[in-house]
Amino acid sequence: MVVEVQPPTAERTDRRRGAKQRTRLPRGADLVIWLALVCGAGIMAFPLYWMFATAVRPAGELFTGEFDLIPSALAWSNFSEAWGKLPWGTFYQNSVIIAVIGTCLTVFINLLAGYAFAKYSFKGRDVIFILMISTLMVPIQVILVPTFMVVSEMGLVNSIWGVILPRGAEAFGIFLVRQYLVSMPNELMESARLDGASEFRIFWSIVLPLCKPVIAVLTIFTFMWRWNDFVLPLVTMQDQSSFTVPLGLNFAKGLYYTDWTGAMAMTLLSIIPMLIVFVIFQRSFVQGIASSGMK
Amino acid sequence: MFVPIIGSFYMSLNDWTLMGESTFVGLANFIDLFTDGVFWQAFANTGYYVAGTVPTTMGLGLLIAIGLNRQLPGRTFLRAIYFVPVCISLVAVGLISLWIFNDSYGVLNNLLTTVELPAVPWLSSATWAMPSLIIVTIWIRLGFNMVVYLAALQAIPTELIQAAKVDGASSWQRFRYITWPLLAPTSFLLVILNVIFSLHVFDLILVMTNGGPGFSTTVLVQYIYREAFQSGEMGSASAVGVVLYLLLMAFTLTYWRLSRQSTNAV
Repeated sequence: MVVEVQPPTAERTDRRRGAKQRTRLPRGADLVIWLALVCGAGIMAFPLYWMFATAVRPAGELFTGEFDLIPSALAWSNFSEAWGKLPWGTFYQNSVIIAVIGTCLTVFINLLAGYAFAKYSFKGRDVIFILMISTLMVPIQVILVPTFMVVSEMGLVNSIWGVILPRGAEAFGIFLVRQYLVSMPNELMESARLDGASEFRIFWSIVLPLCKPVIAVLTIFTFMWRWNDFVLPLVTMQDQSSFTVPLGLNFAKGLYYTDWTGAMAMTLLSIIPMLIVFVIFQRSFVQGIASSGMK
Repeated sequence: MFVPIIGSFYMSLNDWTLMGESTFVGLANFIDLFTDGVFWQAFANTGYYVAGTVPTTMGLGLLIAIGLNRQLPGRTFLRAIYFVPVCISLVAVGLISLWIFNDSYGVLNNLLTTVELPAVPWLSSATWAMPSLIIVTIWIRLGFNMVVYLAALQAIPTELIQAAKVDGASSWQRFRYITWPLLAPTSFLLVILNVIFSLHVFDLILVMTNGGPGFSTTVLVQYIYREAFQSGEMGSASAVGVVLYLLLMAFTLTYWRLSRQSTNAV
């Protein structure tokens, strides 16, 4: 029941062994399994390849009835044409602002809350913690209506804060931080307290530096959620000038109707930031998912 | 964090419109709901979707995890490929799928006709729309299940497997009597997570079919959205929310109890 965010040492040694064996092909049963896995990976990768192949294809080629897996020519102009049809610049700007501010805020709040749950004892702590975990079960659509009412009463419709604030504290993140900090020795904090450090100072200069691995996992996941978020912006961002990239894509669906090269070009652009984040932080990603499944 | 949930319970007992006043109507929203045919269809569709996605993603995820748990060349790369769809936004996935499943120009129907099979009206027929959504969901969620199972498999001590090998257990026996029972807590958790994910599904359906054709792919959360933001019936939308929440709780508790009983029995 413990979430561990530690470098998986076992796997690292595994890898080294794997590197030695890389030169020879697997045999027998292993070969069959390996081929099946490679085919499976091909199927998994195909939709992404097809998106790319469609995005760079000359538009005229799509509807000729002829069918070719590889585009005959690369038409990079598809991108600039599709870009001009909607204010994509604004959409990306909104998305980046929301993702960056939202991630900083959420990670900070989750760290504070997780630290409080792990290291302070106050009345009703465990009850509050369990109640908070149970909110993980509630689909966002269930609380969508009340959330929207709160947002609109605060006058935050069409404002980036209408998307950022309702997601300020994330049960998953608080849980992750709490599990990570619970095993930290209390003596660290107590000696600082004896030296006269303020509570916030203890958090800032002692706890935070120890939290680096969990901060990495939290940041990546929160960034992904904010960047891909759709439902909340869909109801709170109603003016086109406040659209985020996913909203723009959804809107484009109707606009580009038969212009599939354009639609695929814009889809490709929208997932590139996430792909880059994924490639760089693959290890933390996989680890975060794996540890969330181990709880 | 709880205000919206409690608010949602309270609102389900009122007659709210988006901008108007609220009046207390007791359980009238629930009675309206249970007599609405679309609600029951959404209910059945949700069941169909859950049944189509949960066992398939978990089964395939486990298979791939077992495969990737062996020493194979390019294992890290393969794992990354299987996992990549997890981090792509559902709207983007929806658009890609719309194009791939396109009736006349989509690559899937083109491939089918190339091998002389009849083309399938994927998203334009009430029969095929849901299977299309299920296929796309499997594509998205496979990597997640695989990674969680892979982590659990790597936590199994190799001594156990080696000992069984020495005792002459076949590979199927080793899986059935050692690996599978040790994976039970993981499987339990994955069932719950996958059911929650499946009940959450919204973005994908909104982009791909918007609940159609007809109401053939309208699921409960879709119904909530429709009621609340298209008809402006906040009260009855909240009532659906409450039903969904209670369903999920009931499911989790029953499942938790059942799985505890079965482990006690063993």
